[in-house]
Amino acid sequence: MPRYASIWFPYLLAEYTARKKPQLREVPFVLAVSQRGRMLIESVNVLAMRQGIRQGMVLADCKAIFPDLQVIPSEPGQAEKLLQALAEWSIRYTPFAAVDLPDGLLLDTTGCTHLWGGERQYLESILQKLEAYGYTVQAAIADTIGAAWAMARFGQSPAVVKHQRQRDALLPLPAAALRLEAEVLARLKKLGLQRIDSFINIPSATLRRRFGPTLLLRIGQALGQEIEWAIPVKPIEPYQERLHSMEPIATSTGITIALEKLLQQLCGRFENEGMGLRYAVFKAYRIDGDIQQIEIGTGHPSRNVRHIFRLFEHKIATFQPDLGFELFVLEAPKVAPVTEEQAAIWNTSCQNDNKVAELLDRVAAKTNATVIGRYLPAAHYWPENAVKEAVPLWEKPATAWPAQWPRPVHLLSRPEVIEVTAVLPDNPPIQFRYKSKLYVVAKSDGPERIEQEWWLAEGLYRDYYCVEDESGARYWLFRSGPYVKGQTEWFLHGFFA
Amino acid sequence: MQPEPNKKSIASLLQAKINAMQGLGKLSQQAINPGFAPFNAAFPESTFPVGALHEFVSYEPAHAASTTGFMTALVGKIMHNGGLCLWISTERKIFPVGLTHFGIAPDRIIFITIPKQKDKLWVIEEALKCEALSVVIGEMKELSFTESRRLQLAIERSGVTGFIHRHALRFENSVACTARWKITPLPSTNKDDLPGVGYSCWNVQLLKVKNGRPDAWKITWMANRFTPSGEQSVSIPSLERYAG
Repeated sequence: MPRYASIWFPYLLAEYTARKKPQLREVPFVLAVSQRGRMLIESVNVLAMRQGIRQGMVLADCKAIFPDLQVIPSEPGQAEKLLQALAEWSIRYTPFAAVDLPDGLLLDTTGCTHLWGGERQYLESILQKLEAYGYTVQAAIADTIGAAWAMARFGQSPAVVKHQRQRDALLPLPAAALRLEAEVLARLKKLGLQRIDSFINIPSATLRRRFGPTLLLRIGQALGQEIEWAIPVKPIEPYQERLHSMEPIATSTGITIALEKLLQQLCGRFENEGMGLRYAVFKAYRIDGDIQQIEIGTGHPSRNVRHIFRLFEHKIATFQPDLGFELFVLEAPKVAPVTEEQAAIWNTSCQNDNKVAELLDRVAAKTNATVIGRYLPAAHYWPENAVKEAVPLWEKPATAWPAQWPRPVHLLSRPEVIEVTAVLPDNPPIQFRYKSKLYVVAKSDGPERIEQEWWLAEGLYRDYYCVEDESGARYWLFRSGPYVKGQTEWFLHGFFA
Repeated sequence: MQPEPNKKSIASLLQAKINAMQGLGKLSQQAINPGFAPFNAAFPESTFPVGALHEFVSYEPAHAASTTGFMTALVGKIMHNGGLCLWISTERKIFPVGLTHFGIAPDRIIFITIPKQKDKLWVIEEALKCEALSVVIGEMKELSFTESRRLQLAIERSGVTGFIHRHALRFENSVACTARWKITPLPSTNKDDLPGVGYSCWNVQLLKVKNGRPDAWKITWMANRFTPSGEQSVSIPSLERYAG
């Protein structure tokens, strides 16, 4: 269950400027920016606000209202820079901090607040710190980004909206709390829909027709019905380790040492985070700008340095150092958590399973991953479809193995044509010729008719016979389709043990 | 003078240790399995050597199938209380559904298909070194003495049971295996002379065995058990035909 905190700085730039120039603290002043040939107010301090000056007004109007107003030109992009710095500062409270332009921050507080003894204490701690810097701050925590945003700006700060109660919290707030465009807000105001509870129960089709899809989207985001993303200032670090070499490395021993070092670092990180490697790329940057790489994959998430190293070992020889490598990078684009459940595959102990998994990884690295297979029963009578490959390799069989009919142990991948002599059309053969050798049938069972599965493929049914020749060797033969004189085809499909 | 009983037990213990050193199976794994009853007498200490390298030879495709069946039955006995089997072959020929009849769930076997002989040897050796496995089956036509020696050494360290199935080999060269088997099908037997094909029946020939006595048996696979059919004999199947 995610929880988000929204932090609002109502006088962000003004207070920042006042921090820089303490003499401005006691006077009303504004930050103005030039836009389309006139000066617009970008930020106001508390004292100027009391004089009726608001953000977005034209400077000339403000001067008319309050002639003593101090005006400071603002630098473009300053708010963004400042918020970025504040977001990085707030990483001490959560790993996920995002900038919420133009005047707020967004924190993903999931699983963090208990460290401060609860959500209220968490918010109070943040507010206290920021207020000590001289900022006026309002903040709220809620299940959704939208609700936290609304409560921070229009609620009683610090506000904590309980789990799943965002709807109740939003109802008394003004429509502007939904982060709507000015146009939509104006239309709502014109219709007298001032508060959220006055329109939230109107059928969505009507709202869409009247106010466009953004209103519905914003309502959905605030209530948690629509997913909303934020981009953290410090992205979660990818699994990557780098090693610069002082001098170009051109020997395989050097490359080996580099790989071992990088693996140690990476696996140490895996150990801390409970992750295991599934796929890794080892890149070597040659001093002439050429980049070479080798890749490995594992069947199980693994963080065993020795094992992963052995997978790479065979491929190190493919590097062509020529003048030497100056940089080695080990990346793990695919990782998975190592869980106990995953470790217990077959009836053996989990340590043994890891050994088998490592063996299979080595085989896959040496040869080709597709050669390894484990088979599970599939619910088909047609012999070619009776088994399926286990994906992933440790998949458990969903159904029991069929045992009611005799089946050969060797099955030819393509049935081979044989010449058959049978007494009557539906009788089992009395002799057959396979690869120009004559076999005389001594005993036989059948026929067992297996129909082609028409929903998968079209074709004739097969009548299978299990026959035994005079020496005791047992074969699985079938006649394809009904008996037609001169056109009947017989095949050998398998060998019984 | 009659030797003291504890002297006798010491001697047999020493003999078992020597056998273990000679690659005749691990001490700890011996005497676990009642399933090998018919074959035990031919081996030293009257114990079927688990944790050793066995060689199987076959020439006809149908004989290869019988050998597969027999090997599967042995694997089922070895893995009767858990374990994992690796089956390394050149081409995909095994029909897993057919293996259920021989007392093993085919999903406990991992199949590895490798066409190149050199890679296959490497994989078999690596697999035999992995003590987490119970049985490793390798299908390969030719096996030189040196190669078999390497496999045998890997087994002596790990205690995995190794089966090498050599189909259509050029000649039976001597290899460092504990036993050489040859399985050929016999006319099947049926209860009460019912018509039709009956239980799988094999002529199991133990051609060579280290420190043991080569022997041959007529074995019927029924009710998940190796059942000796009739008298033990060293006969060749073609002389043993019967009408029906």
